[in-house]
Amino acid sequence: MKITKQEVEHVALLARLRLTEEEKELYLGQLDKILSYVEKLSELDTAGIEPTTHSFPISNPYREDVVKPSLPRDNVLQNAPQKEKGCFKVPRIIEDN
Amino acid sequence: MDYEAVIGLEVHAQLSTNTKIFCGCSTEFGGDPNTQVCPVCLGMPGVLPVLNRSVVEFALMMGMATNCRINTGSRFARKNYFYPDLPKGYQISQYELPLACQGRLGVNVNGVKHEIGITRIHLEEDAGKLLHGEEGDMVDYSFVDLNRAGVPLIEIVTEPDIRSSEEAVAVIKALRDILLYLEICDCNMEEGSLRCDANVSVRPSGETALGTKAEVKNMNSFKFLKNALDYEIERQIELIKDGGRVIQETRLWDSGRGITVSMRGKEEAHDYRYFPEPDLLPVPVEDSWIEEIKDKLPELPREKAERFIKDYELPLYDAEVITASKNLAEFYERCVELFPQPKTVSNWIMAELLRELNKENKDISESAMTPENLAGILILIDKGTISGKIAKGIFEEVYGTGKSPEDIVKEKGLVQISDDDAIRAVVEEVLNANPQKVDEYKGGKVGLIGFFVGQVMRKTSGKANPKVANEILQELLPSPET
Repeated sequence: MKITKQEVEHVALLARLRLTEEEKELYLGQLDKILSYVEKLSELDTAGIEPTTHSFPISNPYREDVVKPSLPRDNVLQNAPQKEKGCFKVPRIIEDN
Repeated sequence: MDYEAVIGLEVHAQLSTNTKIFCGCSTEFGGDPNTQVCPVCLGMPGVLPVLNRSVVEFALMMGMATNCRINTGSRFARKNYFYPDLPKGYQISQYELPLACQGRLGVNVNGVKHEIGITRIHLEEDAGKLLHGEEGDMVDYSFVDLNRAGVPLIEIVTEPDIRSSEEAVAVIKALRDILLYLEICDCNMEEGSLRCDANVSVRPSGETALGTKAEVKNMNSFKFLKNALDYEIERQIELIKDGGRVIQETRLWDSGRGITVSMRGKEEAHDYRYFPEPDLLPVPVEDSWIEEIKDKLPELPREKAERFIKDYELPLYDAEVITASKNLAEFYERCVELFPQPKTVSNWIMAELLRELNKENKDISESAMTPENLAGILILIDKGTISGKIAKGIFEEVYGTGKSPEDIVKEKGLVQISDDDAIRAVVEEVLNANPQKVDEYKGGKVGLIGFFVGQVMRKTSGKANPKVANEILQELLPSPET
């Protein structure tokens, strides 16, 4: 096994997913297959090869610092489940103090 | 056993560009909630970030001003976590390859020079702002304003080279002064455009290994930074002395109670799973761009202070106070051009001008005082037209109204009386009115000369030239018997 059940639970927690015991077992198996597949890459000798984050040798384009119109607020909030006074309304965030 | 503190700072500075880091929304402070947002900074599906060139330029300026090595192909990374002020579920930041690293910052603490290592300076985007409901049904809700989401930040990380709270304050002040000189951040700590977190640990003096650190957050003024660090250092030392162990954790400064408080339970969430940002390419920085910026860099606070000490023979303290603000330093130099007595100008700026500015918490650029008018006052004193005492009154009026000192002197008839005959008449009047004091003077109480000068000044509403008055008094008073 490439992954433990505890790791599945940790990843689920970080992703804010609530999994049933059956789901944990299911994803444990699936994630293990994915990791085993990716593991194939380690068969290659990559010593001396720069990590590749982009496959095209093109340069980052810059944007000039000029203000463009923003979205009308009605559009910004139109998909929000709850809104109030121009803000997205969310369950209270508990502050730790 | 003696303990020493080991402190490293993480400073976030909001860059004063017109637009956000990855989209064209305005960064202006104080807009109505959610009026400065677009699909990019809202994290809508399918949008792509495009890097603002000025953000990179500003960050490069800071990197060069702190003697950093510039990485010509720095990368962006995603820092993953969930919070309602972060629409995408990740913050675009830099991780493995920051824009600048390995810099140095010079600071003075109580006149002693220290050099602090700068670990790195990287680019990132700010998150939105949360407002919490305060009354009625609203206490069950928070409200999200995303205007600040995507505003450009640089994070400046120092080496753990700092050994005291005073030194930490000196470091953040030095960083602030540089940011202000470069005009790349407005450094308003209360509005959050300059923020500071600190990693704090303690160890027995002489030990080289680092102790376990705590990260202290929520210090939004120099005073809070100092108080929070003093508290945290003492807390850790006491803990160790009592046989306890410092645990690695995040602690919040509670300014109301004057203590740091543990944010227990947040630790597991500190698994950010950084990975390279696929939507952005490495950041190209050509040598020609670096050269161009280098040529544009202004004289920085420390260099300026050193020049003031050398050219104007100012004490270190004066030089540091005056050069802390670029505008004030320019004001000073213009004054000295008009009135070439550098220490006199410095004295007036430090005593009178800064007192008034600090009272209103203003920068010199926001006040009505001009270098021409301050120099004008000093010239009037120097020529003997007005006394130093009258000058202070005139200073306040010039400061308040912006009128020229010459006009105020004329309007109010404040011209100093240096005319011998006029003063002689007043002196005679004073002596005739105080025969007993004259006798005492004659009897050897020579200190009474101050009394007589004071009387002359009073009768002339402060306008008599005290030097002339003194001379005439000496002449007209009987010689004291010894």
